[in-house]
Amino acid sequence: MKLAQLTAALLTLAATPAAAQNLRVDVEIPRLSTAEYHSPYVAIWLERPDQTAVANLAVWYDIAARNNEGQTWLSDMRTWWRKIGRETTLPADGVSGATRAPGATHINLRANQGPLRGVTPGAYNIVVEAARELGGREVVRVPIQWGPQAQTANASGSSELGAISVSINP
Amino acid sequence: MKPRLFAALLGAAIACTPFAAHAHRAWMVPSATVLSGEDVWISIDAAASNTLFFADHNPLRLDNLVVHAPDGAQATPQNLLRGRYRCTFDIELAQSGTYRIVNATRGANARYMLNGEEQRWRGQLSELQAALPSGATDVRVSENFNRVETFVTRGAPTEIQPVNEGLELAPITHPNDLVTEEAARFRFLLDGQPAANLEVTLAPGGQRYRNDTGEFTVTTDAQGIATVNWPSAGMWWINASVRDLPSDTAGATRSANYSGVLEVLP
Repeated sequence: MKLAQLTAALLTLAATPAAAQNLRVDVEIPRLSTAEYHSPYVAIWLERPDQTAVANLAVWYDIAARNNEGQTWLSDMRTWWRKIGRETTLPADGVSGATRAPGATHINLRANQGPLRGVTPGAYNIVVEAARELGGREVVRVPIQWGPQAQTANASGSSELGAISVSINP
Repeated sequence: MKPRLFAALLGAAIACTPFAAHAHRAWMVPSATVLSGEDVWISIDAAASNTLFFADHNPLRLDNLVVHAPDGAQATPQNLLRGRYRCTFDIELAQSGTYRIVNATRGANARYMLNGEEQRWRGQLSELQAALPSGATDVRVSENFNRVETFVTRGAPTEIQPVNEGLELAPITHPNDLVTEEAARFRFLLDGQPAANLEVTLAPGGQRYRNDTGEFTVTTDAQGIATVNWPSAGMWWINASVRDLPSDTAGATRSANYSGVLEVLP
């Protein structure tokens, strides 16, 4: 590679400082003692401050059920379903997965890759919604500033979700 | 029937009086309105009752039941059962999109005097001439158009086209996209034209478990648009009617009634 091309390439990298950071979302699924417990369906998505959806970050549902029967209850995540779910084709690579057992779990995403491709710096909400068979439903929103600055934002659910922590690391 | 023929039949004795609206409320309540997945069915209860949505009076007559699938074709209702208080039937939502489930009826009522006693008749307007006995006087005729419907959507909602007949709800806010925190806007059309200044009644289900009815009314604006702020989630009955409209049939009046069931989610 010639020096001029190399310089141009380096300048391009320098001009997109948001391109390197990580987004990590920690979600606590509370351990509930009920007679019949099923792990909740959980959706995590990115939305603008006006609550229009930008991208799915994770959808955990019963992917193993025969004949895609697990998709029947996706609409129980009502807010997600209305904002973005009903327009989403599942399964989706890098987004959908099996339900997760109670406890701490997380997702890790890189800027400009996968679901965050094309997401420009600015104000957003990370939204987490859980809906459980024979249980309730809860939505938690965490406002964030997507950009090169490191930050941590926290929120907490009160029934179907526990602590939610969002961290952005350059 | 040609207007002139009809007028000649009825003669000068005709009087135009609207008939009382149906005392009971007609409804079709779906088991769900917002659905996901592939092998998806819904079940519908259809009845006329006073207490929403409890089947305590009569099943709905479903002679004119049509299920409009998202692609415009008609889907077939299955497992139809007519019970003492309600009809039930199922619909397989084979397509993605919005299904419109409609029972629209057209008919006519007549009252007339015969040998000093008032008689009533109900049927299709075209049959009236043959049905009226000779010697009937003071014949009063009202044509009526009655639309009972509901909507369900599998996957993403699809657009609902107006039918431009009778009184109908032409959604601006999609009827399967209703939540308590957002106002809904519906346009009402009468024979395809905006129905301005129309009083629209909204009544929530579960009435047996409340002392107040929870009903309220809104009025459409000049463009026929009603704006609804939902006080609570649940199944809602939405109703409007117009009476004393001029009819194509000379000497008769016309009325139109709309009853829909909408689900509002929290």
